[in-house]
Amino acid sequence: MYLAAEASTSTSRTLTITLFLIFVAITLGITIWASRQTKTATDFYAGGRQFSGFQNGMAIGGDYMSAASFLGIAGLIALYGYDGFLYSIGFLVAWLVALLLVAEFLRNSGRYTMADVLAFRMRQRPVRTAASVSTVVVSIFYLIAQMVGAGALVSLLLGITADEKFLGMTASTAKVFTIILVGALMIVYVVVGGMKGTTYVQIVKAFMLMTGALVMTIMVLAHYKFNLSTLLGDAAAQSGKGAAFLEPGLRYGVETAGDATKTFYSKMDLLSLGLALVLGTAGLPHILTRFYTVPTARIARKSVLWAIGIIGVFYLFTLALGFGAAALVGGKAITAQDKAGNTAAPQLAQKLGIDYLGGDTGGAVLLAIIAAVAFATILAVVAGLTLASSSSIAHDFYANVIKRGNTSERNEVGVARISALVIGAIAIALSIFAQSLNVAFLVALAFAVAASANLPAVLYSLFWRRFNTSGALWSIYGGLLSAVILVFFSPVVSGSATAMFPHEDWHWFPLSNPGIISIPLGFFFGWLGTVLSKETDAEKYAELEVRSLTGHGAH
Amino acid sequence: MPATPEKYLEVQSSDEFSRLRHTLRRFIFPTTIAFILWYALYVLLSAYARDFMAIKLVGNINVALLFGLLQFASTFLIAWYYSKFAAQKIDPVADDIYKSIDGDRSATTTSDEGSVL
Repeated sequence: MYLAAEASTSTSRTLTITLFLIFVAITLGITIWASRQTKTATDFYAGGRQFSGFQNGMAIGGDYMSAASFLGIAGLIALYGYDGFLYSIGFLVAWLVALLLVAEFLRNSGRYTMADVLAFRMRQRPVRTAASVSTVVVSIFYLIAQMVGAGALVSLLLGITADEKFLGMTASTAKVFTIILVGALMIVYVVVGGMKGTTYVQIVKAFMLMTGALVMTIMVLAHYKFNLSTLLGDAAAQSGKGAAFLEPGLRYGVETAGDATKTFYSKMDLLSLGLALVLGTAGLPHILTRFYTVPTARIARKSVLWAIGIIGVFYLFTLALGFGAAALVGGKAITAQDKAGNTAAPQLAQKLGIDYLGGDTGGAVLLAIIAAVAFATILAVVAGLTLASSSSIAHDFYANVIKRGNTSERNEVGVARISALVIGAIAIALSIFAQSLNVAFLVALAFAVAASANLPAVLYSLFWRRFNTSGALWSIYGGLLSAVILVFFSPVVSGSATAMFPHEDWHWFPLSNPGIISIPLGFFFGWLGTVLSKETDAEKYAELEVRSLTGHGAH
Repeated sequence: MPATPEKYLEVQSSDEFSRLRHTLRRFIFPTTIAFILWYALYVLLSAYARDFMAIKLVGNINVALLFGLLQFASTFLIAWYYSKFAAQKIDPVADDIYKSIDGDRSATTTSDEGSVL
């Protein structure tokens, strides 16, 4: 990698792989231990509801801080300066929606899945089917983005060049191998360890990620004698973009001179992205199921408070890492490694190691640590996604739609395990197929679907007396289809150089992010569907409302 | 264990529960609107008021950076304030109502299934 001599590259590789294998060994050990503690459905789906607020806060952080936020945001800041920071803020503010409107009420009302709350006072089968569809769609989009990312990262983090062989594999074989390895490990975590195992994997990962980011942040700040202004000044100077590097506009809402329409759409895209980030988080199924792992709604509240603290501090670290990488590594060296800037943080680690930890060896060591943290990060996130979707297939679709609630716990958990295997296999296959395509937009799409389909249905369910089966179906399918259709006809799928299909063009929707249209549509459809149907269930709403506010009758 | 549907209807229409709902909603809805508008203002300024955002305050620290950091500060502050508010104004009332539901029930049945979990 950066400045690396042959010897230190190979030291670094061996060390990265060793550290990663240690992480895998530890987490597999935890998983096997957790499997012995997993006896009931509550253990499998909700980790026995015995995690503390701090533990679940860490696990939420582990679920949420994906490689996209660690490597991605640090890279965005390193290349585009301020706009990378702007991006991270939406991810943090979003947690207030979860804290104020969702976490406690969901914990009190539901049992294992998002659909438990949506179907509480509705006709079970159609609503659970819809919730299951939307859960699986959101999770699969997110999974593919993460797994393709993992494949792309392996050659970057291990520094495998296109013409070189590593352990007998070419760079492209190594990619496929990584996707399969990541997929296989996530299947094992979920199938064997259930929610308990997965939660501990996320806690370990969050601890590693926070520690790694903290150490690097301190080193960067110490380099600039804890003077933020000097760091920013140096970053701006090294970026070659001057003062503009510290201002909004290099990445989002780009102004194209003489093209007012393009400028307008670019700015609308920024607003649309911001809206989807803030409203999407509280609709992500793998985040929602985390609230069931604690004993009470108050501990769910506490866990969100911890999560806000952990995630907020983490994004402040990425600010130092991103600007630090811009200043110390430089934009040219970063783009030479990866055009998207995903290697900015590892490159910074190497540079800091060389400068402060005794030359090339120190650089190789720190690089290896950060690269191993990045792999751990990906594993924890994909495990959370697989668990959320397999839980929904087993608990919502199999137990309540197909079997109409007449099945044993044992049977249901067995189906959840098989579903995890199937979902994992599908995700591996789709990711291998999609790896040559640009699928980075899938994360933003997952947030947009969560905000357009899931959030309206969850909020209406909890707070609107009149809401009914028809409203739930309209909001879920309406929001889901709006987001997916708009993205399909947007420039991220066709009609631009960076599109998924760059050589085709069927786009007519001008924005890359559908949120600004699809989120209001989701809420509108939910309202429309509700008023078109006469169904109401005053008794069940009374139970839901009393339960969600007081916890009476909660699982 | 859940109570009867009649009991939930009765609790839902009670004055104490209405007050709880009112106190809670009067906090969470306006606060949500406020922080979304505050965030929207930040994004809108980033998109349309770039000269303003570029004003340097101290050294290389400009309005844009300060605004971004204020979003962090306001998020932490709202989270802290909500937890304080909920512990003082919501939790005790919710506990009272919870107990009153079970209290009535233990008078009519001798069930000892008091587990919340």
